[in-house]
Amino acid sequence: MNHPEGGSAPLRKTALHGRHVALGARMVPFAGFEMPVQYTGVIEEHRAVRTAAGLFDVSHMGEFRLRGPDAVRLADLLVPTSVAALPPGRVAYSGLLTEAGGFVDDVLVYRIGDREVLFVVNAANLDKDREWFLEHRAGFDVEFTDESDETALIALQGPRSREILAGLAEGFDPLAQKYYRWAAGRVAGRPAMVSRTGYTGEIGFEIFVAPGDAPAVWDALLAAGRGLGLLPAGLGARDTLRLEAAMPLYGNDIDETTTPLEADLEFIVHWDKDRFLGKEALVVQRQRGVPRKRVGFEVRGRGIARHGYPVWLDGKQVSRVTSGTMAPFLGRAIGMTYLPADRAEPGVEIEVEVRGRRLPAVTVPLPFYRRPRKKKAVRRNQDGGGA
Amino acid sequence: MPRQEECRYTKEHEWVFREGDEVVVGITDFAQSELGDIVYVDMGETGRRVNAGDPLGDIESVKAVAQVYAPVSGEVTAMNELLADAPEKVNQDPFGEGWLVRMRPADPAELDALMDHEAYRRFLEEEGH
Repeated sequence: MNHPEGGSAPLRKTALHGRHVALGARMVPFAGFEMPVQYTGVIEEHRAVRTAAGLFDVSHMGEFRLRGPDAVRLADLLVPTSVAALPPGRVAYSGLLTEAGGFVDDVLVYRIGDREVLFVVNAANLDKDREWFLEHRAGFDVEFTDESDETALIALQGPRSREILAGLAEGFDPLAQKYYRWAAGRVAGRPAMVSRTGYTGEIGFEIFVAPGDAPAVWDALLAAGRGLGLLPAGLGARDTLRLEAAMPLYGNDIDETTTPLEADLEFIVHWDKDRFLGKEALVVQRQRGVPRKRVGFEVRGRGIARHGYPVWLDGKQVSRVTSGTMAPFLGRAIGMTYLPADRAEPGVEIEVEVRGRRLPAVTVPLPFYRRPRKKKAVRRNQDGGGA
Repeated sequence: MPRQEECRYTKEHEWVFREGDEVVVGITDFAQSELGDIVYVDMGETGRRVNAGDPLGDIESVKAVAQVYAPVSGEVTAMNELLADAPEKVNQDPFGEGWLVRMRPADPAELDALMDHEAYRRFLEEEGH
């Protein structure tokens, strides 16, 4: 068995590293950190998130805070989404775009206050993103702070996540919190910011705490959730979950060569915003039509499509698989790729080349998986499932 | 059913068990554990001849593809059909229901050149497992 990832710099550890080791997690290098890829098994952890709940350490991710008179103005330059129109208390999924309209990174944007915006960025792009902010802040009256090292982040995801968190929450109500909203309060007695966000396609929360408080919060959540089926879950399950939910992974499905229009993420673009990096390029692309678009597919033959495998259409190789796996909950081999725009729709037959063999596959609507939703009374007679 | 003490082992963590004039081949418990949840097994076609060390097939876990190598030279005579619908048998029972292929070895002496159970155990220790 080969062990990839050489690297001579020592790996960094999150505040929860000891917990993962104590739980018997298999640890792997990821974005310069030693992170848990699995505890009991990717499939078991994945299924737990879909049927009960999973607990993830995502402290390796980056947090950048903008404060000052021009905080919103700078944020509005860097992302195509309107931050000015985002009320305090709300979160938006967006991207840092280049002048050519490609993704520097995909991000979450938190409107903290009138003059305060928090960005959550991918661990793998921390240095690149920090440089990007610093390069563009000239002329803006704003203070930029990289709070990544001072922030631990725990994701609690799954249909039972609300009840698990509710018992530990003070100052906010997980049962009533709406999707893409954040609130400040305490979790297990420790100060926390909690957003109803996640990377799994399930109801869930991302809990920001001080690194010193992370172990206590982690322990309290695990204890509160064990009886309800909560399992610690690693990066392996994180990847299969987000793929079933058709969420892009930077570096795989989106990168500097893909625009939000090509990536089927047009919703992040607020065309009526005056100015943002990449706007001119996107306007041109919208007028001309995108050349290609992200699609999902299911493999019909026997085999699994993976990142990098060639994709054939009408007898020619047209692209490569951007992300692919055997989906643990769906029980099918799924994947994403880019197809020429005029064929980028469900029902198109393609082939995926797996180690020299071309397997039949067919494009399908996204997402592959959508969590079941039903109107039901929850305690205060509110539908907490609003998206 | 192969008993671990009676198998021979390769450095690639395959086991081989002699049954009459055929051998049964699989991967060890260490190998299945390293791979994690196995979701797909592809051991190619029966009837083909391979040399010791040639790729025999692929085992895929959620995250990765691993090659399995022929421990001895010979003809592949059977595949474990159970694994088409239940690849997780390789994780659950790597020496039993999780067997991979049967072969007719070209040269039974090749088996003697492989590690026995004790030598494989020491090999794992030396590798730090």
